Amino acid sequence: MTQILFKNINKKNLHTIEVYEKQGGYNSLKKAFAREPEEIVEMVKASGLRGRGGAGFPTGLKWSFLAKDVFPRYLCCNADESEPGTCKDRELLEKNPHLLIEGMILCSYACRIETAYNYLRGEFYDLCEIFEKALEEAYAKGYLGKNILGSGFNLDIHTHLGAGAYICGEESALLNSLEGGRGEPRMKPPFPAVQGLYAKPTVINNVETLCVVPHIVNEGPEAYAAIGTEKSKGTKLVSVSGHVKKPGNYEVVMGTPTREIIYEMAGGIRDDNQLKAFIPGGSSVPMLPADLVDTPYDYESLQAAGTMLGSGALIVIDHTVNVVESALRLTSFYMHESCGKCTPCREGTRWMWQILNQIQTGQGRPEQVEKLVDICDNMSFKCFCPLGDAAVAPVASSIQRFREDYEELLEKMAAKTGA
Amino acid sequence: MFEFSKEAEEKIEKILAKYPPEHKRSALLPLLTLTQRQEKYISPDAMREIGRRLDLSPAYVQSVCSFYTMYSFQPVGKYMILFCVNISCQLNGCDALLEHTAKKLNIKVGETTSDKKFTLHREECLAACAGAPMMRINDTFYENLTPKKIDQILDSLD
Repeated sequence: MTQILFKNINKKNLHTIEVYEKQGGYNSLKKAFAREPEEIVEMVKASGLRGRGGAGFPTGLKWSFLAKDVFPRYLCCNADESEPGTCKDRELLEKNPHLLIEGMILCSYACRIETAYNYLRGEFYDLCEIFEKALEEAYAKGYLGKNILGSGFNLDIHTHLGAGAYICGEESALLNSLEGGRGEPRMKPPFPAVQGLYAKPTVINNVETLCVVPHIVNEGPEAYAAIGTEKSKGTKLVSVSGHVKKPGNYEVVMGTPTREIIYEMAGGIRDDNQLKAFIPGGSSVPMLPADLVDTPYDYESLQAAGTMLGSGALIVIDHTVNVVESALRLTSFYMHESCGKCTPCREGTRWMWQILNQIQTGQGRPEQVEKLVDICDNMSFKCFCPLGDAAVAPVASSIQRFREDYEELLEKMAAKTGA
Repeated sequence: MFEFSKEAEEKIEKILAKYPPEHKRSALLPLLTLTQRQEKYISPDAMREIGRRLDLSPAYVQSVCSFYTMYSFQPVGKYMILFCVNISCQLNGCDALLEHTAKKLNIKVGETTSDKKFTLHREECLAACAGAPMMRINDTFYENLTPKKIDQILDSLD
């Protein structure tokens, strides 16, 4: 089994610098400092690493987009993990905070950044304390601060806690929040690489993405690129939850059949029930029916199947569930988390929730299913930021793939209420 | 009248040092969080005091504060229970467990017990989906809940 991020994850006291160093931790720094920063960017490009937060944008390319000769520049680590189904970054932060620090140092060196922030979800107060302790240890060992390991490179890393807003995982909303504002998304362009934090060039990467970088520097980009598929390189942390016997975070090689993740790694469906549906990449991606369970788990294959790899959260639903219930619960989330800045998202999420709730509670009418399709069409690609598209995913895909669930529920409730 | 504690004042200095002096507004969320941890909620007085320190109007502080769901504007119980209700927890029976918790505490969701010990809220996913169903009490995550486990946890809190 190829393990990069989770290789030592269950090693006792891995969160301490002593144990982390014994596993080869921070070895990448000397290798990196022996090279020019631009070479590190090229290495990450050559590795084929794509952002693990959800969008899958090539990481090295993102780094190379930073506005030239504009300083200071900033790195913001996105640790605002809040998407239903997703819980992988939390495990990395809790058990292996130094891996993230090492990744942040490498990114900062590559991009000539001297100040970095780790924007943590507000609810992760305990993880913030673990991370701050790890920062202290790294400063004491000379991995952070002035003239790191005699390289002449300086870097400070700070923590910044959010306060419970899913939208702050969107990069421009994260910046507004970090600047002391409401977490509403910004118009793009300009992209953060040109005008990000404090209107300066800024790199924003997910926790998992940054945690891969030490491996790339240590082992070389070719070794990383040799893992996975042609266009989806490396491994991916997958949070498996829902109706499986062994829920958990698993590191899988890109291209692994989804069936293998559900039935072998996660132990199969609870009570040996039948698989009905699965959401492969967190609540913001379309759900798929059981007959697509052999789809390889990688960016391209999942896209071809009509969904996305997203943040890598595999939510498993068995045959006892009517998916209208799942669509309603997820829509409730998006209604709650819509920032209210743009009308299609603010009004659309509420309207969808109202209709789904009516169907669920026996006040629905068959023609409302078409109304839901219509609302989805009027939200898709028409919202200010991707939250609107994310909100559409569970509703549109549940109607497209499981329309019979809507019909069955409407009939059942009509018979019950006598409507 | 709101005042930061001595311990909080030391933390404020460290917080302000994280950001460029011309961008001290960045300290707004950290100061709000510090206030909430000290007082268990954020009062209009506290908002004025934070605004004074960061050169922000009370209205601005309130407009930011009200955006974020973690901040309370009324006093809450000693133990804030956030019960996750989103999909992974729902698939694992959280609705019945939340009902069980509310019944045990003899309150409705969103309320505080009369002895001011517990406040119970729904939460939209706490990134612990592999341990569903789960809840967070103050800073601690409790996973793989059952009615019995919930009873034990609540009974063990002073």
